[in-house]
Amino acid sequence: MGAFQRLGQWSLGVLERLGRGHLFLFRTLLALGPLAMRPRLLIRELYSVGVLSLLIIVVSGLFVGMVLGYQGYITLVDFGAAEILGAVVALSLVRELGPVVTALLFAGRAGSALTAEIGLMKATEQLSSMEMMAVDPYKRVIAPRFLAAVISLPLLAAIFSAVGVMGGYFIGVGLLGVDSGSYWSQMQASVDLFEDVMNGVIKSMVFGLVAAWIAVYEGYDCAPTSEGVSRATTRTVVHTALAVLALDFILTGLMFGDL
Amino acid sequence: MTTRWIEITVGIFVALGLAGLFMLALQVSNLGEYRGGEGYEVHAHFNNIGGLKVRAPVTISGVRVGRVTDIRYDPQRYQARVTMNISAAHDYLPTDTQASIYTAGLLGEQYIALEPGGEEEVLADGDTILFTQSAVVLEELIGRMLVNMTSD
Repeated sequence: MGAFQRLGQWSLGVLERLGRGHLFLFRTLLALGPLAMRPRLLIRELYSVGVLSLLIIVVSGLFVGMVLGYQGYITLVDFGAAEILGAVVALSLVRELGPVVTALLFAGRAGSALTAEIGLMKATEQLSSMEMMAVDPYKRVIAPRFLAAVISLPLLAAIFSAVGVMGGYFIGVGLLGVDSGSYWSQMQASVDLFEDVMNGVIKSMVFGLVAAWIAVYEGYDCAPTSEGVSRATTRTVVHTALAVLALDFILTGLMFGDL
Repeated sequence: MTTRWIEITVGIFVALGLAGLFMLALQVSNLGEYRGGEGYEVHAHFNNIGGLKVRAPVTISGVRVGRVTDIRYDPQRYQARVTMNISAAHDYLPTDTQASIYTAGLLGEQYIALEPGGEEEVLADGDTILFTQSAVVLEELIGRMLVNMTSD
């Protein structure tokens, strides 16, 4: 009996959190409208969420591209098909690695910071004092951070893929001697603007929405203690990673499954 | 950290992101092919198209002039009917142009090579190419070679 009770308690708890999460998302979306009157708030958050993530995204994109260049070349040269390296690098970056790795890095770099910031605001009762002053924390704190994360992730993913293609070029053409012309022409011949690039952008938009939602919600919903904040931060990173990987599987099945 | 500095770096960030998107669209993907404008469509019937796929290139002397837009089976002729879109700039192909399916390299993709003939009239939208050469199927070649070897 005790085991069943604990199972029931756990499932009800999960359902309750899910419900609160959706109500939270709904209230955040409603608060996005008034944000247009105060773009300054958004720009501040774009700086801390987007600009400060730029370095890690560019560096990781470069290295992921270079590793793809190496590994692709080592495999392809056995078949005498090293010319197709450009297509291999670009397709893997644009379709999968760009959106997914960017979302994972984003969860670690920006998502955790968002959760900790909002969680500390709650723990130090800044959110309650805002409410006392008739300032809606959804409009003043939550909405700008949410929107900044949603905007930043697709841009960061595009930068990641573009830098990665360059990294593959440095290694493949510069170091391993693949012909520069065939690197680009094979890439352009096999990457489709709508099927590959646009689907990658759609993926990163979905990931941006999910990562932003989880990060902001975990911060707002955390227990207002130092332990609660640290737990919420960990949960943000873990849940975002799991959600992104699971969603990526579903999205890939929907987008490329019928080929 | 002044507001001005924050705004400048955010501006640079957004510009970089858009530049990345543009690079993916223009440099990495096949956007260039969409710009070519509308072309005209011609059909060709093949006994065997091998591994030809939609979007495969159509070339003349190795120069890309169009792409395959549709492949279906024609139950009246018991042959595969391939529709290709040729860019409007190449409107000088004679009606007795020959279409052949070749393979780029040993393992490469298959493409259609056009060889212009000598007729005065040129192909127009909706015309059918009469002279075609099917894809070479490796198994058939080996089979024929084996038959030749045994008949000696």
